[in-house]
Amino acid sequence: MITMDRRQFSFLTTAAIASLTVGASPLLAEEVKGLELLAPSAPGSGYDQLARSMQAVLQEKKLASGIQVQNVAGGGGTVGLSQFITSRKRAPSILVFGFALVGGIITTKSAVNLDQVVPLARLMGEANVIVVPESSDIKTLADLIAKLKANPQAVSWAGGSIGGIDHVMVGLIAKAVGVDPTKVNYVVHAGGGEVLASTLGGHATVGISGFEEFRSQIEAGKLRALAISSGERMPDVKVPTLKEGGVDLAIMNWRGLAVHASTSEDEKKALTEMIAAMVKTQEWKAVLQKRGWIDTYLPPAEFASFLKQEQVRVATALKDVGLTQ
Amino acid sequence: MDTLSALLHGFTVALTPYNLMWSAIGVTLGTAIGVLPGIGPALTVALLLPVTYNLDPTSAFIMFAGIFYGAMYGGSTTSILLNTPGESASIVTALDGHAMARKGRGAQALATAAIGSFVAGTIATVALTFVAPLMVRIALAFGPAEYFALMVLSLTTVTAVLGDSLPRGLASLFFGLALGLVGIDLQTGQARFSLGVPELLDGIDVVVVAVGLFAVGETLYNAARHRYEPEEMYDLKGSKWMSKEDWARSWKPWLRGTLIGFPIGALPAGGSEIPTFLSYLTEKRLSKHPEEFGHGAIEAVAGPEAANNASAAGVLAPLLSLGLPTSATAAIMLAAFQQYGLQPGPLLFENNSSLVWGLIASLYIGNVLLLVLNLPMAGVWVKLLAIPRPWLYAGILIFATMGAYTLNNNLVDLVILWVIGLIGFGMRVLDIPVAPCIVGLILGPMAEQQFRRALAISQGDLSVFVTHPISLGLLLTGLLLVVVPVLLRRRRAKYTTA
Repeated sequence: MITMDRRQFSFLTTAAIASLTVGASPLLAEEVKGLELLAPSAPGSGYDQLARSMQAVLQEKKLASGIQVQNVAGGGGTVGLSQFITSRKRAPSILVFGFALVGGIITTKSAVNLDQVVPLARLMGEANVIVVPESSDIKTLADLIAKLKANPQAVSWAGGSIGGIDHVMVGLIAKAVGVDPTKVNYVVHAGGGEVLASTLGGHATVGISGFEEFRSQIEAGKLRALAISSGERMPDVKVPTLKEGGVDLAIMNWRGLAVHASTSEDEKKALTEMIAAMVKTQEWKAVLQKRGWIDTYLPPAEFASFLKQEQVRVATALKDVGLTQ
Repeated sequence: MDTLSALLHGFTVALTPYNLMWSAIGVTLGTAIGVLPGIGPALTVALLLPVTYNLDPTSAFIMFAGIFYGAMYGGSTTSILLNTPGESASIVTALDGHAMARKGRGAQALATAAIGSFVAGTIATVALTFVAPLMVRIALAFGPAEYFALMVLSLTTVTAVLGDSLPRGLASLFFGLALGLVGIDLQTGQARFSLGVPELLDGIDVVVVAVGLFAVGETLYNAARHRYEPEEMYDLKGSKWMSKEDWARSWKPWLRGTLIGFPIGALPAGGSEIPTFLSYLTEKRLSKHPEEFGHGAIEAVAGPEAANNASAAGVLAPLLSLGLPTSATAAIMLAAFQQYGLQPGPLLFENNSSLVWGLIASLYIGNVLLLVLNLPMAGVWVKLLAIPRPWLYAGILIFATMGAYTLNNNLVDLVILWVIGLIGFGMRVLDIPVAPCIVGLILGPMAEQQFRRALAISQGDLSVFVTHPISLGLLLTGLLLVVVPVLLRRRRAKYTTA
């Protein structure tokens, strides 16, 4: 009869578990325990969707365990940001943020800002699209620009919140074609659903929102897509870019991650590796594809310099449209 | 005929034991979260999304739809018994529902709410099955000018809840309108009355105000009187079932509520509160006992409860046929569709017909399940009122406080709740009605946004409100609703003095 003392037993079980885990995840990043993801917006919003998709993939690939998503909505994301900065965390915690927060900090004159966190990674981007109802006499981007130049006020743009990506984009387009951005008739709507209704019903001249929000209407022929905001065309989508239409501009609604300024170097390294491993998985690629997100992954250093440029661009654009001095 | 066979196929999908189980889980969960203020169907579906990641999409949506419908049923329970509305759509129910409970008619109020919800939910689901495309076409005809006119029409509801004193009623209304101004102005991005508190930038939540004014204010008032006045006992004797008269006074409001609720639910910016306001107003104007309104008229519970359930079905029409979310819950359901790589819209019915029709069939089943779940519960719930008064008050205050906190997990909401609660207490002492304040708070900001949006699009031309036929019609109806009762009263007064 084979006898086994306790030490031998625990060694064997550990080895067995270790081999199991290795078998399940061929990726060599170490598992992060008790990860917290803070989405500074309501459940179901863009940040929240990103956080919860990450939660599912990280858990499934055993890159992290005990992951919790927390929603702190309000003030264009600044309430969540200030809570993230001021709270002391024991567990590793990550803030989900993006383009909207860059603008939100400026428009709400927030007391906290992004210099107080450390950028970790950019994860994805969404292209915006400019649409008109199928009955509109505007056929191309050139038609729209001509109309805008003739009388900026006569073109009403239905888009999302003030200082958000849609608003910034309209301001940048006006500037690029030589129209005074303060003259632009931008009509704020609460979310993509209302923009869709306003555009489909023909109440506003043009609508502007994330591509996915308009996708099924474009495919069904109810809306005509004039231009897409990304630098390159989207795969399988026959919509020309702004550049092709003669407007020298590329802009995307990106989202990414940041960590607390007090995060230790070791922890930062572990989290960076975790994210780097996550974006390589098939599961993550499937999430991106399903949601129509474009993979725009950037590691910490590159993301930090991108963020700096983006902050300047947004601040200038918001000044140009007359939102800030 | 095509629709019928598709629907029958839908039933074969929804009636499998597996999907039936998800439907039952959904409606039970929905009823529970409807009861709790603060936790709404939107939050629940969002929290369940990652859990259902590996579930078959049809089953997941059947459960989500159950949650959505269930919350509309559950919201009325706490409104009626504890004067604590669980959702903004059941605020109006609290007005007369709680008054009925105080008179010992809580069971009847719960019953008319449950049966009314069932009738409205079923009729509206039939409408969703057969006239969704038509509804959506009408909905798209609504632009900012039409919405503004609809808000003005809804604002005339105030005349039905003003109470006996015009100055007091108006004071309450303006207080509500002022509260509605707090937060970032959407059109310009400027903060108004936010006092430098970032949490106030998004405005003050309607549910927090309603719970503060109704539950906290009223409870403090009752507790303050407790020592000086003999305790009025809630009468729990008598039949728990609706009498013949109750049925006679309920069935028409159910049908009218459905008629108001479904189309407004389908409007992209209609909201679930507006149909409840309009239904209350309609019932008061048509009732033979308008003097009972505010003191426990059964019509005032039957109509609005039917209206909010019908509007829930209305919300699904543009969601399924256009991919157009018209409420917070619909927005989350849209996100759920995307999670499964599905695209709601014109092509969904063709590409995923068994999901869509299974979902619609599950709504019929969910309604039946909800009636079975809620009707017998009415008698059980009512026993809550037999709890000794001090305990009940403490319970309501804890319940209200917890609900306000779960809204955003933020302490600021608690401060707002209690400040509003103390104001509500003051209003109660001074005999100022609280309902006009809620009407102002909900409608004020919506009307303002639509008004300015309409003017931005028309480049400042005010005539859009009268040149658009729908807008003109709505405004004229509103005018008639205000002027005619005044004229009638004048004439009557003349006859009696002459």
